[in-house]
Amino acid sequence: MIFSRAINRDLARLEGKGGFRLDRLMIIFCYVALITVTILPLFMIFYYAFWDGTKIDIATFKLVIFQKSNIRCMWNTLVIGVCSTALATVVGVFFAWLLGRSDIPMKGLMKFLFSIPFMIPPFLAAMSWDMMFSGRGGYVNKALMSFFNLTKPPFNINSVAGIIVIEVVYYFPFVYMQVVSALERMDPTLEESARIAGASQSYVIRKITLPLTIPAISSGMLLVLITSLSNYGIPAMLGYSQNIFTLPTMITALMDRAGGSFEGVRQSAALSIVLVFIVSIALLVQRRVMTRGRYDIIKGKSMRPMLIKLRGAKYPLLAFSLVFLSLIVVAPIVMIILVSFVKAYGLPFLAENLTLANYRRIFAGNIMVRDSVKNSLFLAFSAGSICLLLGTMLAYVIYKIKPKGGITLEMMAVLPYSLPGTVMAIGCILAWSGAFFGITLYNTIWIILVAYIARYLSYVLKSSSAALQQVHVSLEEAARSCGASHMQTLKDVTLPLIKPAMISGFFLVFLPCMRELTTSILLYGPKSRTLGVAIYQLRINGQIAPAAALSVVTITLIIICNNIVKAITRDKKRG
Amino acid sequence: MHPARIVLRGCRVEKVELKNICVSYGEHAVLKDFSLTIEPGQIMGIVGPSGCGKTTIARAICGFIKPQQGTVKIDGKTMFSHEDRVDIPPEQRYIGVVFQDYAVWPHLSVYDNIAYPLKKRRLSKEEISPQVQNALEQVNMVGYEKYMPSQLSGGQQQRVAIARALTSSSDFLIMDEPITNLDAKLREQMLVEIRMLQQRLGTTIIYITHDQEAALQLCDKIVILEPDGSIAQIGSDEEIIRNPANRFVFQFIGVSNFIPVVVEDGKVFFDLEKKILFKSLIHEKMPGPKAMLGIRPMDIVFDDDSPVRATVAQSVFLGNMYNYFVRLPGMEIRVQQMVISENAKSYSEEQEVGLAFLEERYFEREDA
Amino acid sequence: MDQIVLEHVTKSFTTKSLGTVVAVKDFNLSVKKGECFSFLGPSGCGKTTTLRMIAGFEDLSEGSIYLDGRLVSDKKKNIYLPPEKRKLGMVFQAFAVWPHLNVYDNVAFPLKVKKCPNSEIKKRVALTLHHINLDGLEKAYPSDLSGGQQQRIALARAIVVNPDVMLLDEPLSNLDPRLRESMRFEIKRLQKEFGFTIIFVTHDQAEAMALSDRMLVMNMGNIQQIGTPQELYHKPVNRFVYGFLGQSNFTDVVIKDGRAFLKEDESNLLFAGTSLDLKGDYVMATRPNAIELNRQDGYRTTILKRTSRTEFMEYLVSVGKGSIIVQTPHRNFFRVGDQCFIKIKEPKWYNPESKDIEEERKRRNTI
Repeated sequence: MIFSRAINRDLARLEGKGGFRLDRLMIIFCYVALITVTILPLFMIFYYAFWDGTKIDIATFKLVIFQKSNIRCMWNTLVIGVCSTALATVVGVFFAWLLGRSDIPMKGLMKFLFSIPFMIPPFLAAMSWDMMFSGRGGYVNKALMSFFNLTKPPFNINSVAGIIVIEVVYYFPFVYMQVVSALERMDPTLEESARIAGASQSYVIRKITLPLTIPAISSGMLLVLITSLSNYGIPAMLGYSQNIFTLPTMITALMDRAGGSFEGVRQSAALSIVLVFIVSIALLVQRRVMTRGRYDIIKGKSMRPMLIKLRGAKYPLLAFSLVFLSLIVVAPIVMIILVSFVKAYGLPFLAENLTLANYRRIFAGNIMVRDSVKNSLFLAFSAGSICLLLGTMLAYVIYKIKPKGGITLEMMAVLPYSLPGTVMAIGCILAWSGAFFGITLYNTIWIILVAYIARYLSYVLKSSSAALQQVHVSLEEAARSCGASHMQTLKDVTLPLIKPAMISGFFLVFLPCMRELTTSILLYGPKSRTLGVAIYQLRINGQIAPAAALSVVTITLIIICNNIVKAITRDKKRG
Repeated sequence: MHPARIVLRGCRVEKVELKNICVSYGEHAVLKDFSLTIEPGQIMGIVGPSGCGKTTIARAICGFIKPQQGTVKIDGKTMFSHEDRVDIPPEQRYIGVVFQDYAVWPHLSVYDNIAYPLKKRRLSKEEISPQVQNALEQVNMVGYEKYMPSQLSGGQQQRVAIARALTSSSDFLIMDEPITNLDAKLREQMLVEIRMLQQRLGTTIIYITHDQEAALQLCDKIVILEPDGSIAQIGSDEEIIRNPANRFVFQFIGVSNFIPVVVEDGKVFFDLEKKILFKSLIHEKMPGPKAMLGIRPMDIVFDDDSPVRATVAQSVFLGNMYNYFVRLPGMEIRVQQMVISENAKSYSEEQEVGLAFLEERYFEREDA
Repeated sequence: MDQIVLEHVTKSFTTKSLGTVVAVKDFNLSVKKGECFSFLGPSGCGKTTTLRMIAGFEDLSEGSIYLDGRLVSDKKKNIYLPPEKRKLGMVFQAFAVWPHLNVYDNVAFPLKVKKCPNSEIKKRVALTLHHINLDGLEKAYPSDLSGGQQQRIALARAIVVNPDVMLLDEPLSNLDPRLRESMRFEIKRLQKEFGFTIIFVTHDQAEAMALSDRMLVMNMGNIQQIGTPQELYHKPVNRFVYGFLGQSNFTDVVIKDGRAFLKEDESNLLFAGTSLDLKGDYVMATRPNAIELNRQDGYRTTILKRTSRTEFMEYLVSVGKGSIIVQTPHRNFFRVGDQCFIKIKEPKWYNPESKDIEEERKRRNTI
């Protein structure tokens, strides 16, 4: 609204000279921060891909694209992305219906089980599934072979199909959460009016309910697609042994092998651009679907929609769901715990093979592990705090000060959200290896920090913006008319009201940082390993049991932090 | 600069003056050369259709908007002057403001909400507590000190907002549509309470609304604004209803009938599809040979002896009155009749009736 | 012909916070074909629940419902016809127009469900849109249209299948006050043109009286009175109906020998001419509009307060130490402090009431 923009500017400027300058300063600071953190790395990728030092050079770019192994990996990336999105959508929508609209019992238990996959880092889950179903000696495979007297292992998870299955299993909650929320909040009279018009229950679902949930479904689908395209951990854990590469793993491998050579780096940059291109197309497609209209279907009165009576199908469906959930949630955790107590991977789980040595090793003996715990905590805490401050300041600038270039600021901040972590990492390497003012952060912990900030800033921006927008202008004007200056209003009214969002914003960054692998695998140095990198390296070096032990520790840490967040945000809501 | 003003009972703001205020948003001029004086100790209503600039006036007085021209003075002291480059920020103007959406801070208790203005003025705890209690008494919310706003109903939140405005300034309040978000019964009650509060404290109140009913009920004086922001009339409810200054004010209150009339041969006729004899004498107040007769539905009565005949098109029973739609040749007019008794005569559709007109007013006709 | 019959319909349910609540108690009603019938009552009185039972969205706890002579709901006989088979038209309070379909598809939906051929659908939708004054808007989406237009889409969608019965749930409360009157006329006009029976639910007594041929007043699950608007307004059976149907004054009096005196001052004669059966303490109920205010004769009083309303003037006049409200046209003008007279026209007499009823109503409002 033009009016509110004008009014807000006056209000902000009514400070007299001091406040006026403060607002200006904040705007400039935001621009500088965003350009440094986001734009520079991206720019460097394009620079390296298309510039050979003296002129624009597309030949190398073309060479890289059309190399057979790279074409193969692009193909894998697309196939995996599309298939896992499609299947995750089916599974997600199915469960959303089951829990959101039917009279199936034990909904509470199932909802709780659904929240767990969010807490396990995907690469850990992949590692666990690999332990169970690896083609070369997974525990479950071995058990099935001996039980059924088979010569070949029945399941080989080290395949494209295996990668797809694991991605579906861990990403379908994205779709589930969006759709179940839409279904639960939908105005029931929209369906009742269809029933009165003569439509049977199934007709109503087909023609009314489902179409109205399409925006929710498509935003879940997009999330799955982007996550799949950008994911490093799952294809790394499951695909490397069979030389199955996707773009993120290929880019990482090229950087590793390049060892810093200009050509090698250029190849990685070129592939990064391909990845960005694919992701952008996905985003554009979704934008098309979304502009057909976000429907205002949220009900006013608190009436509950009619539940579908499952009748005969109730208990079979319940059994199926519980079995499915135990498989995907419980089994991997159990496997990792078991392996963490085994003397060496591959030994059967008999009493004589169990030991606590793995835990002792990682806690007492291994400097690398202790360092990695320290590093991850440091990175998560710092990234969380910096994103919190910068993100909230950005939200304030964009939504309260409303400068002319507001949209640009917003776009710059949100850009990394859709960029694969691998790409941001490459960009950071290129930008901070002496290219600008001789600043070299490579091989230090600081480059990881910068990459994390770029990557997770938009999370805080989104949650702080939503909170700020809920602080209605009249609440601040009321403070002014009660004798509070602009700064006092910020302190007494605005800040307290966005505090809950700020706290959850902090943890929105803290938790992913703790369990992150995709970015740090490219940026770690000898003294700056993260938890994810440590686990990964242990595993690559064949120390699978210790890797499992460290994984258990990581998962425990994450669960504890998660519960702290829940406790804090619950209290805040009550207050 | 105002010294820290401690709220005293009976201390009156002298008057509030706006002179030549101009406010534009880009190309769109909302207020043009607007001037108004508000006398102390009154409830002055500023009423007008949406977009007429009434909220802009309030915001200019509070200091949330900087007009392009003009001056704002409270108590003879200049709050804003474009010429003299004076612009006192809102927190130093000492006005109590009640917002449409209450704007009660959800993270502070009722007590802290009301105490806030006093805290900002650096009063001590011992000084604050009795004033908060006093404010709570004024709005009938004693005992709610520890409640959080989320535990209160809309009406209770509104009362907290009023109490907070009182501690900010019990001399001068601005209320912007404070009751629109409440349901009908509660609205009535709040209007009565606001009136009683004002009578007890002698506060000067500016009451902004589009709701004519509320303004008529509550305000000592009403300023009616035309859609372009100019003042149509300033007057008491009696003056506005009985002596409307122009056609806009006349039709602003309730729903009115307008019948074109024409003078021929010294007699007044309804100028419709047919000419109907209305009166044999010319009313002195007619603006010309052609005019518009303005008449309220309640001022038309059924009279079997009247020469003016019409047909009832529709009859609607509303309990305390009947709404009739009556057909004259070429137009339909509204007639309202209070239901005095069960056995009062009512008229049904297609019945032929005679009409008598009381309290006529004449206005100009566009096509005259 | 009785189109809709409810016999001994009862609905009770249990909530965690309040225990068992009887929302509708022993509800008996027959609505005739072509009538416009309204359910009027405060929120929580059970009127919407009853409507939803007629529609089939709620099951009965006891009793039976017949539509057009056919038994559609009966708990004892375990009969329950689902909503889609009841051939009713229904308009919901928040319109419930489908946002993902344009106007044409919204209105065509019931016909598509019936599998009507496309050509017929086109004809009937065009006709209905014309009747409702929505021509030309077929391709528009609800989110582009105003509240009044969305209301008409909801009406068109209900009418397009020519139902015999239309159920309207608070149809006008979500509309701008200025729009409500014109919508009232629309609904009446449509009823005349299409000839359906209407049952509608509202809490607004003016709306109910303006629209209905007959109506009922409900309170806390019980029907208080059924009749025409005039019957209910002029001959209410109890104090609740009296108070609900319009503004009222209640004054405590003592009646002796056909004369009513103020209870607080038994020498103060208010009204002469009550029925001779009445003796003792009563509450005198009067309508503000049914009191004559003049300067000539009657009960002597003083103007205490004047409130201007948009359509009439309201005066608070002194009655002993208390007061009553009088409403009179603007031209009948008095100033505060004027001495004048009132003539009370047709008071009603009720027994003094208990406070428990007020408590129970508050409890139900939390549901």
